Amino acid sequence: MNCVANALEVGSTKALLHVEDVCKAYGPKVVLENIDLNVRQGELCTVVGPSGCGKSTLLRLILGQERPTSGKILIDGQPVGMPSPERGVVYQKYSLFPHLSVLENVVLGKKLSASFLERFKLRTHFVEEAKFYLDKMRLWDHRHKYPHELSGGMQQRVALAQALIMKPEILLMDEPFGALDPGTREHMQVFLLELWEDFGMTVFFVTHDLEEAVFLGTRILVLSQFYSDDRGPSFANRGARIVADYPLARSASSTVVKEQAEFGKLIQDIRREGFDPDYLQHVTSFNLRHSDSFQTLTQEEYDEANHR
Amino acid sequence: MGNRLNFLGLHAEPSSRVRMLVGLLPLVVLICAYLTVSYYRLHANPRDKLTPSPGRMIEATKTMAFTKDQRTGTYLMLSDTVSSVKRIAMGLGSAALVGLVAGINMGMLPGIGATFLPIVTFFSIIPPLAILPILFILFGVGELGKVMLIFLGAVFIITRDMYYTSRTIPREQIVKALTLGASQFEVVYQVVLPQIMPRLLVAVRLSLGAAWLFLIASEAIASTDGLGYRIFLVRRYLAMDVIIPYVLWITCLGFLMDSVLKLLVSWKYPWFEAAGK
Repeated sequence: MNCVANALEVGSTKALLHVEDVCKAYGPKVVLENIDLNVRQGELCTVVGPSGCGKSTLLRLILGQERPTSGKILIDGQPVGMPSPERGVVYQKYSLFPHLSVLENVVLGKKLSASFLERFKLRTHFVEEAKFYLDKMRLWDHRHKYPHELSGGMQQRVALAQALIMKPEILLMDEPFGALDPGTREHMQVFLLELWEDFGMTVFFVTHDLEEAVFLGTRILVLSQFYSDDRGPSFANRGARIVADYPLARSASSTVVKEQAEFGKLIQDIRREGFDPDYLQHVTSFNLRHSDSFQTLTQEEYDEANHR
Repeated sequence: MGNRLNFLGLHAEPSSRVRMLVGLLPLVVLICAYLTVSYYRLHANPRDKLTPSPGRMIEATKTMAFTKDQRTGTYLMLSDTVSSVKRIAMGLGSAALVGLVAGINMGMLPGIGATFLPIVTFFSIIPPLAILPILFILFGVGELGKVMLIFLGAVFIITRDMYYTSRTIPREQIVKALTLGASQFEVVYQVVLPQIMPRLLVAVRLSLGAAWLFLIASEAIASTDGLGYRIFLVRRYLAMDVIIPYVLWITCLGFLMDSVLKLLVSWKYPWFEAAGK
């Protein structure tokens, strides 16, 4: 695979998260290909795509849980290594430790990051801090319960508190509301927006739910393996790429916006660009409207784009 | 009435009272059968030793448990119990400790696992009783030989169990702990270890049966005290009046240990069963 960086790159220096030319393959199977991405601080960046397109793989690469086959991933200009506290994570499940109570789950991060002596000296301080976050999640009254005694929505709220207490530079969320029933899910979406505004978080939110992605995001990335390039239509081993990148107007944190016509129109557009196996855009004509968006093309693709 | 008629059917729903009654039934039948046989045999030959009467057994138990032995000056049943339980506790306890540390490290650190899993699996398949002579040669016929037999009989199984259990911890949890600032050491000993502790107690529970087997076997072959030693000693005199109470007593002890471990799990680790392990 010939991944040559070129002049289409913009503003990589000010990005909190910078992903360039990242490819990921499992053996011969290419999952992600030539992923280019900048995410600014304070952005709520949602990632959608058809199932199996590698959304979660991208998240795991950023998290450091897996390493890219090629390319680089920088956080604050530093290459990412093993998972560490500057990148928080909330999974769909398994975010909480089943053997710890709600309070212990939230305090755990503070304890693990403290030295042996501090764990005793600062214990009350840790609990106070945990209380702040648990109050925010309206869960302080449930602090002595174990995760299995909580509903799905409450578990995810604990997981949020558990991640936020570490004040991560970027919060990675992998289908966090995927297992919740629709009512709880909508409630959690609004709740997440409140937290995002309160704490000025940077969020990288992976979901397969297009409506959720458009509703939550200040920016939406569409990851898809349905595109065309110069390798011809019979070439099957295409890794997913970012085929569209829109800025979204964050108008109101109310679910009313979901009823509006523009909202529906945007979803229709994205569904066509990302989810329709018969609608194949060429790599040079992706809809990368976001100002932070950039693309590294192969030399041939670049020449072709310039001749158009 | 319908339920009773369907008692042997697929859809039988015996009430809890019925369950208890029918559960006790086989035991009652067995005891009655013994008493009948014992009665007729003693009727024919009052000196018969094979099927002692309950009175005879109680008498023998009293002698063993509540009368000082003239030769050693101890209560034999008590000293036998103490020696045997000590051996089991030392053997199983050390096996649990070693099995936990070895298993968790093999499970969490792929390099360690790849190195030691084959050899541990190999050793776990060797029948421990087959190497009893080797143990007696190596460690002598004293306490160490017997404790080693129990230890070796349990440690490889427990290690493998702990290995597989720690491998079931979802990868997400390990990564999550790292994002919370845990070091590799803390992931293993503060995140994974507490989660597999209840499973360790379950593994010890399951090993108890084997441990008793090895204990009785080694005491029968070379010992000067212990429950197994006593049974095999009095066998020479066909003293069924001692053997039967001793076997019942051993059963009680085993049941007690099992219950204590079971209670310990549900008391100390309330999340264990509920979290759907």
